[in-house]
Amino acid sequence: MNRDVVIKVENLGKKYHLGEIGSGTFAGELVRFVKNLRGTKSSDLITDNDRTIQAKKGDIVWAAKDINFEVKQGEVLGIIGKNGAGKSTLLKMLSRVTAPSVGSIKVKGRIASLLEVGTGFHPDLTGRENIFLNGAILGMTKNEIRSKFDEIVDFSGVARYIDTPVKRYSSGMYVRLAFAVAAHLEPEILIVDEVLAVGDIEFQRKCLGKMKDVSGEGRTVIFVSHNMGAVKSLCQSGIVMKNGTMDFAGNINDCVTQYLRINTTDNEGDVVIDKKGTGTGEALIKRIQMINEDGNTAESVLYKSPIKIRLTIDSEVDIPKASLDVKISDKDGSILFHALNLYHNQALPLQIGENIFETEIHNDLLPGGFLASVGVHNAATYYTMDYQENIVAFEVIKAAKNAFESYPYEWVVAPAMAQSDWKKIK
Amino acid sequence: MKETFDYEIGAKKSLLSFNFKELWRYRDLISLLVKRDYVAVYKQTVLGPVWFFIQPLITSLIFTLIFGKIANLAPAGVPPFLFFLCGQTFWNYFASCLTATSNTFVANASVFGKVYFPRLAVPISVVISNLLKFSLQFLMLIVVWVYYYFEGTYAIEANFTLLLVPLYLVFMAILGLGAGLVISSLTTRYRDFTFLVGFGVQLLMWATPVVYQLDTMASKNKLLGKLVTSNPMTSILEAAKYGFNCGGSFRPTLLFYSAAFGCILLLIGIAVFNRVEKTFMDTV
Repeated sequence: MNRDVVIKVENLGKKYHLGEIGSGTFAGELVRFVKNLRGTKSSDLITDNDRTIQAKKGDIVWAAKDINFEVKQGEVLGIIGKNGAGKSTLLKMLSRVTAPSVGSIKVKGRIASLLEVGTGFHPDLTGRENIFLNGAILGMTKNEIRSKFDEIVDFSGVARYIDTPVKRYSSGMYVRLAFAVAAHLEPEILIVDEVLAVGDIEFQRKCLGKMKDVSGEGRTVIFVSHNMGAVKSLCQSGIVMKNGTMDFAGNINDCVTQYLRINTTDNEGDVVIDKKGTGTGEALIKRIQMINEDGNTAESVLYKSPIKIRLTIDSEVDIPKASLDVKISDKDGSILFHALNLYHNQALPLQIGENIFETEIHNDLLPGGFLASVGVHNAATYYTMDYQENIVAFEVIKAAKNAFESYPYEWVVAPAMAQSDWKKIK
Repeated sequence: MKETFDYEIGAKKSLLSFNFKELWRYRDLISLLVKRDYVAVYKQTVLGPVWFFIQPLITSLIFTLIFGKIANLAPAGVPPFLFFLCGQTFWNYFASCLTATSNTFVANASVFGKVYFPRLAVPISVVISNLLKFSLQFLMLIVVWVYYYFEGTYAIEANFTLLLVPLYLVFMAILGLGAGLVISSLTTRYRDFTFLVGFGVQLLMWATPVVYQLDTMASKNKLLGKLVTSNPMTSILEAAKYGFNCGGSFRPTLLFYSAAFGCILLLIGIAVFNRVEKTFMDTV
């Protein structure tokens, strides 16, 4: 099917000045005005969008840069990326809230954007009045709202309070009413930022269902979320953002895998880490190795054979009781289980200098791809010293085609806390 | 494949491109914003819209006492209360248009930052909702005028220049909107202008024949007279009072000057507004 391109983004970029806007003094403003008139720009430094580096005043940062993509009619596109990857900036430009610094976006059709629920709700107005006001702000006409009014009220489930000022609503009722208005928009293109993270589970399911209906009706949707499950179930294609640029674009499953792998590297089960993760940094995880049944490092583990992990930790302090943990997640980033030595009340001493630990985790994982996160904590204070999320990717593989049959059937309750004993090697 | 697009979002936009069609599509939003302004202001009040009447009535009463009885600024042969009420009613329309529109970007930053609609819808809705307020106050002015007319102490025959009141309103709306747009665009970067508007409007009132007549001022001080004459609001206030036959004067040349001044100001306002609305979210 040859579908039309409805959004075309070309070389899009947006830069921001760091620090306070304006020079703050009258003289400074005059100097800048004269410079602008003469066409000479002040010598601005241009930096990448790495937010961990302290900026100097007057620096320019590219919150988004070199973005190119197309969205076809009826396509549901997911945009994923870590906090600060430039997703919101991209959405703001797409929804015309702020203009790009360079490049262009060409659009065919009406765009409605939901960057927030309840935009323009006036606390003193009643639910009924706010439905009309909010609907109009989102681009609906009075007649459209009137014809959908009952549906909106029904969807929100606040029919009883519809003539009460919204400032008397509970926060749940407020967002439900707000989402209900937004859900009944009928634009050709819908842009949605993580508004699904509202309400109870039942309402979230209702929202996801509504989103699916919308995309089922052949409308184009751009969806931003950190919920990989929702992204996968809604979208067909995706874009992974990283430090303001496009890191990857393509099929949504590949995107999610890529996103979760941004942290991991393809080091064949042997990862050397040079950056501190989250934590105090008193002890740092320097290296993580996955050991296979032959005793070599490898990124694959045989089905049913234990997962062997070796950690190298550099410590600045002596700690009599440290705790080490391993979290195993699936490819979507959902945590499957958590292995922690503390569950066995096992004392692991940490000495100044290099320490090497090894553990074996009982493996009931079915063949497929997985991610491991590792952390080192002080068991006495419960402080995390270093935690590296999704740092290594590994695979559980079948030994033979009929692997399942070669093992005796054994029913186990999924172990939330896996058996793991650590031993100190050095 | 041939590609056609409805619009393009780019870095630059010409200064005077003004999308009437788009604004028209959002006319329901404008009417709902007007309704919001009107409904929300008097929620949880007992007197409600009666406040629309109380404010000018009491102000005019005070003006009558101070500027009428003590300073003797009201012209002879005219009910002083009517004179001050007339000035108040018309001046209030301009002042509230200017103050409210000059706040557009800062007051609506949270909405503007999340959703796109023609930004001009907000200042336009402000001008319209103030028009509603004005028409209520104008009605009260007519009631007061009718009272004095039948009371008979003063000979006040309204003349047919009163029919031009809608035109005066348009002039004032254009002036208020134009100045408001310029100031609101400047406040996105320099908050100094918020303070300036606060007392600037009050200062401007003294430079406009609200509590006095242009003739009185011109006869007392030539320089001040010239200054007041150059104020585009002067001719409108004078003509409004003239229409009710309570002082004032009707000067077509000056009225034309006001209209021209307003149109130029509005064009500048739209140009500045257009320029700012694209990126104001980054500086506000």
